[in-house]
Amino acid sequence: MNFPAVKAIYLFEMARFKRTLWQSLVSPVVSTALYFVVFGSAIGSRITEIDGISYGAFIVPGLIMLNLLMHSIANASFGIYFPKFTGTIYEIMSAPISVFEIVLGYVGAAATKTMILGLVILATAGLFVPLHIAHPFWMMLFLVLTSITFSLFGFIIGIWADNFEKLQIIPLLVVTPLVFLGGSFYSINMLPPVWQTVTLFNPVLYLISGFRWSFYEIADVSVGVSLAMISFFLALFLFVVWWMFKTGYRLKT
Amino acid sequence: MNPIITVSNLSKTYAGGFQALKNINLEIRDGEIFALLGPNGAGKTTLISTICGLVNPTGGSVSVAGHDIITDYRAARALIGLVPQELTTDAFETVWATVSFSRGLFGKRPDRAHTEKVLKQLSLWDKKDNRIITLSGGMKRRVMIAKALSHEPQILFLDEPSAGVDVELRREMWAVVRALRASGVTIILTTHYIQEAQEMADRIGVINYGEIVLVEEKAELMRKLGRKRLIVDLQKKLDAIPAELSGNGLEMADEGRQLVYTYDTQADRTGITALLKALNEAGIRVKDLNTTQSSLEEIFVDLVKKRA
Repeated sequence: MNFPAVKAIYLFEMARFKRTLWQSLVSPVVSTALYFVVFGSAIGSRITEIDGISYGAFIVPGLIMLNLLMHSIANASFGIYFPKFTGTIYEIMSAPISVFEIVLGYVGAAATKTMILGLVILATAGLFVPLHIAHPFWMMLFLVLTSITFSLFGFIIGIWADNFEKLQIIPLLVVTPLVFLGGSFYSINMLPPVWQTVTLFNPVLYLISGFRWSFYEIADVSVGVSLAMISFFLALFLFVVWWMFKTGYRLKT
Repeated sequence: MNPIITVSNLSKTYAGGFQALKNINLEIRDGEIFALLGPNGAGKTTLISTICGLVNPTGGSVSVAGHDIITDYRAARALIGLVPQELTTDAFETVWATVSFSRGLFGKRPDRAHTEKVLKQLSLWDKKDNRIITLSGGMKRRVMIAKALSHEPQILFLDEPSAGVDVELRREMWAVVRALRASGVTIILTTHYIQEAQEMADRIGVINYGEIVLVEEKAELMRKLGRKRLIVDLQKKLDAIPAELSGNGLEMADEGRQLVYTYDTQADRTGITALLKALNEAGIRVKDLNTTQSSLEEIFVDLVKKRA
């Protein structure tokens, strides 16, 4: 195990985060505040509560999940895409370092940033609505697993992308709609039965549902299924990354 | 001498069908400076990139100090420092940070003394806290060399090190290379400047169309090439070489306005004095004299043309 290399990559990525700390944290905090103003106050005054939870509090897990997904993908995809774009990746590829170590460095850093962001948003939410976390351990588990899993997904996108547009397209066209339609801002029980069934095919539903359960003990699907889903994605993305490095996909000629 | 790198039957065909390397066999000796010479697109960079793990070979194998570059890549790569041709740097990092990063990547614990030594050697010490984006092209090249040397490699690859580099930096770079060689580091450089190979290398390999066409000790090569030509510009055009001069192996050139005499600089007697005397006696008036040395360039052009 080449620990100095993992550490070097991890610290390198974290240093980039520190340099851009201001925009990394301030913009999500501001956008979260906006969500509370729009959804919490304006719309929330009409939807008083869902399953006994005030609307403002109900959207907190979904809102955090939205940020975790978007930012883990953005952080990790940029982290690996940028050296590919500038060409400095030659050094990573010629270093005595395994796939696992490369992933540990990059994905570890992206996941760390995402977790910090998630906790900052949680704290921000606490300023607007009274928070109640029924199962802190499970809440942290979902936070950590989601950050890691979607950092892996971002890492895959970063390797796959060969221009800046491609870097954006999956987060914008796939992930954002899935998050919005996955019950971030509503319970799927509020949907007509047909759409409830359709929503069950949305993987993000399971993440949000499990995460919300850890807060309020209310869920659209059982927490075991949520955990199984996130574990499945973790395994799937790990396999894809392994395959990419094994074949040199978009990395080696 | 023991080879530190052994390349066996190495070939590489790119996805598009282009065969960049054709069954390459090459041994690099421990501690030498090996110059790989070839025109653009000959396969120099592909060969280096394959040895360093950036390109997947299609066939054959490479071992570095006995370690296969694929099955035992950690041990093989840990010994290698690579300075690629393109200037690719982490623009927003400081010199110190990027060089320290490289050291870590190659599995070495931080060593301030070594990093300081490398930066001082490359005249980068006073720039250590500058961000790379603020440096000139030559300085960036130095940074790339510093990165490659950060982990104390046994083997250093320099891919076209003098591309876009001014005279001063080139001299400095060669001083560093010589110092490294003196400390036992093996150096492989690619170039299309023959002069560079001539000046630096212990051995020279010529690659063209993905094939190694020649590998030779530089001294041996130079000895073979150690012939000079004396070109005599004449006042008056000659129709033919006068009979009294025919024994000197002269050739006519420039439609009779020049005589060309070829001689061996290593020989005890070059025959120049005799030739000049004979010219004088034959009543041929000389306008100017010129000597040219056949160089690596000539044999190189010759080799490359032959294969074309």
